[in-house]
Amino acid sequence: MNGGRHFLPLTDGERREMLAHIGAASEDDLFAELPPAIRLEEGLDLPPPLSEMEALAHLEALAAKNRHLREYPCFIGGGVYDHFIPSVVSHITGRSEFYTAYTPYQAEISQGVLQSIYEYQTLICRLTGMEAANASLYDGASALAEAAVAACAATRRRKVLVSRSVNPHYRRVLQSYLDVRDLQLQELPLREGATDYAAAEKLLDRDTAALLLQQPNFFGLLEEMEPAAALAHRHGALLVLSTDPISLAVCRTPAEYGADIVTGEGQVLGNPPSFGGPLLGFFAARQKLIRRIPGRIAGETEDSEGRRGFVLTLQTREQHIRRERAISNICSNQALNALAAAVYLAAMGPAGLREVAELCLQKAAYARKKITALRGFAQVFPGVHFKEFAVRLPGSGGNLNEHLLKHKLIGGLDLEPLYPELGPAMLFCVTETKSREQIDALVGALEGWS
Amino acid sequence: MKREQPLLFELGAPGRRGCSLPPLDVPAKPINELLPPQMQRQDPLALPELSEGELVRHYTALSTRNHGVDSGFYPLGSCTMKYNPKVNEEVARLPGFALLHPCQPPESVQGAMELLYRAGLYLQEITGMDQVTFQPAAGAHGELTGMMLIRAYHRSRNDQRKVVLAPDSSHGTNPASAAMAGYEIKEVPSDERGLVDLEALRQLLNDEVAALMLTNPNTLGLFEEDILEIAAAVHDVGGLLYYDGANLNAIMGHARPGDMGFDVVHLNLHKTFATPHGGGGPGSGPVGVKEHLAPFLPVPLVEKGEKGYFWKDDLPHTIGKVHGFHGNFGVIVKAYTYMVMMGAAGLRRAAADAVLNANYLMERLKNSYALPYDRRCKHEFVISAREQKKRGVSAGDIAKALLDYGFHPPTVCFPLIVEEALMIEPTETESRETLDRFAEALEEIARLAAEDPASVLAAPHTTPVSRLDEVSAARRPRVCWTGNRKSD
Repeated sequence: MNGGRHFLPLTDGERREMLAHIGAASEDDLFAELPPAIRLEEGLDLPPPLSEMEALAHLEALAAKNRHLREYPCFIGGGVYDHFIPSVVSHITGRSEFYTAYTPYQAEISQGVLQSIYEYQTLICRLTGMEAANASLYDGASALAEAAVAACAATRRRKVLVSRSVNPHYRRVLQSYLDVRDLQLQELPLREGATDYAAAEKLLDRDTAALLLQQPNFFGLLEEMEPAAALAHRHGALLVLSTDPISLAVCRTPAEYGADIVTGEGQVLGNPPSFGGPLLGFFAARQKLIRRIPGRIAGETEDSEGRRGFVLTLQTREQHIRRERAISNICSNQALNALAAAVYLAAMGPAGLREVAELCLQKAAYARKKITALRGFAQVFPGVHFKEFAVRLPGSGGNLNEHLLKHKLIGGLDLEPLYPELGPAMLFCVTETKSREQIDALVGALEGWS
Repeated sequence: MKREQPLLFELGAPGRRGCSLPPLDVPAKPINELLPPQMQRQDPLALPELSEGELVRHYTALSTRNHGVDSGFYPLGSCTMKYNPKVNEEVARLPGFALLHPCQPPESVQGAMELLYRAGLYLQEITGMDQVTFQPAAGAHGELTGMMLIRAYHRSRNDQRKVVLAPDSSHGTNPASAAMAGYEIKEVPSDERGLVDLEALRQLLNDEVAALMLTNPNTLGLFEEDILEIAAAVHDVGGLLYYDGANLNAIMGHARPGDMGFDVVHLNLHKTFATPHGGGGPGSGPVGVKEHLAPFLPVPLVEKGEKGYFWKDDLPHTIGKVHGFHGNFGVIVKAYTYMVMMGAAGLRRAAADAVLNANYLMERLKNSYALPYDRRCKHEFVISAREQKKRGVSAGDIAKALLDYGFHPPTVCFPLIVEEALMIEPTETESRETLDRFAEALEEIARLAAEDPASVLAAPHTTPVSRLDEVSAARRPRVCWTGNRKSD
């Protein structure tokens, strides 16, 4: 039996007529030029097809094997976060004029997507204080890697410094992007969980293209950013930040710190965690770097009768025009996730986003105080935290997670495999989605373990 | 009909909001105690202030200014704009998939890991490859990953090859991805058949060549029938063969890149496997490899053990990571749902119908447009507006004229080796009536181009805006709204 018949409108009669119309004797004729040695005479060896009802049941059964975040409160962050998403977001991204469209190559019938991208770019600029932004990249990790590549191209230098307080997963992506181009990556050591600027001063040289930092950093700490831009700029390097856009509702903006390129993970803006993808890499920069920004960019223009309209612009940067001389190979991006982010930011407004950020600050501080008051649990790093904090454990993190699962709780992120020098330690994340009751349950379960 | 839609920033009023949040339920601390004043944002945050209803009206208005597959025919060549089944959307939104954290303990996400594992088995069987990574988030990301794997493979053999070959008809991402991986690109010419010029290829091949990137069928919609000779020639000099899976929809279930001699393939789940393209993304670009490249795959890989599924992280030769987590999982869920519903015969049927639809449309159109390669096509074909161009009507003008008939135009001015190219890919999910109406529209435009070219040049008439000035948009880029109109 053929699966998916309800997606295929041609009837057998039509197929016969159409074959006759093109002068083909049979369907095999359509594939006549395939060498016999590679023809799949037997077809593929796959499980029998399922009807929609059976497929739904199969997928629901797979989904039911997972413990999701509404069943088990989750205290893991580390790059993907559980924030509240207003219902309006998925209703808008679920409009099929948006989600079943391709990249807006034909501007006159793609004004909806193009205007929404332009609005998204403007929102990202307002959050970060930058002057230009693109339509999105794959995720926060690849956005940081693209920024490093862009910085090398802009400065014609070949070395990048990255702080060890940058997300370790991001650093691995960065490494693979730079390795293939024979660009050099050096890691900056930490002092009390934050970038050691004295070490940075020693490593910065005339071949350093950029200083890469994360704010709030991987441990949830707000780093002292004041020296960073001056330090980088004094050596002719760019300051590149990876940041959490929610934090920007209350924290100093990258522009205020003097950053040149700002990237980050936009999943927090209206996109579910979705097991780590699709995410939303955002990329914003100073005006002078606009032609170094990778990927799609929507721009404002006018139509032949003077109406405002939007187009994909600065396309001579891109692969479909420049091929091997393009500044990046990116083609498809995360447009629908960018749309979700724009809807989210507009729904929140300045007051709502500030409330979300303050709820994170307050609740994380409450949880940190309670947890570090427990016997055997201690704060790893002092300093100002946003929504995450590291805790030293009395035993191993892996075992603790098993224990928490029994209490219907998920995580902490086990830090030991990522930072062995910390010993047994865990990174906890508390957002506005966690009630006091849930935080107290976590504290209770931790107490029961120690 | 023609009107502007105000920007988000021009709507609403100070003090309005579009959401509600719960009050703080833990003892409040003064904000200055949690966040010292010198770390606080100085610049006021100027976000829109709208009620939820106003927000919905704005985006609903925007959506009516956009054409998707659900709105109408979308024969954008090499993009495989087939229908996106609705059940896929339902499944991806199940809390048991959408509300999972990528770093949850494996025992709490066994269903998600099983889905990745099973989806990998499907793709291995469909492509004839030995192992799959799901980290790449899009086709070009898959290409870059593939190039990284190829580089790691050669380096592991102490071989510093520097050159990647790609045909002159290849997608722009191919040379761009190879360049991003540090390779020098050389172009392989096409012959009069529209296929790789085998003699020219042989002359380009030497021990400097790391790989040949090939799309099969190619961007002209033609099957590279010398594929076995091509594969042998590349392998003879120690090079690898890379398969750009953008056009897999033409042959799925009929032939497999793995059997043709390809060493690495990427797939576009948002093309071949019916996941929506989201107005530009998210896509998903899984990469499949033969055994000899498996040691270099990104980590972690999902594996099946005695106690269930687990993440395999210890690959000593891995290229590392290309995505922060496990790739575009939500997209993979949709593609997997599609594959389990289609099954082997359904996928094979889909490819055959896609090829039949393309040949039917090509046959209908060859009387009104030049057909540079008049041979059996696969899922897409390329016509040329070179005759119309003599009357001043370009391929781009024909595309604009099609907008007034309610169709999304084909890909224009690509591939680069065809003058005034219109690259048409109808896909298998279109009915014969739609193909007929589209052919009639193109025939009428050809007639107009001959009799009244000015009327074609003035199109489109029925869209929310008329032709847009792309040149001045690029000359003086305005990519972020600052509150001033150009005319102000």
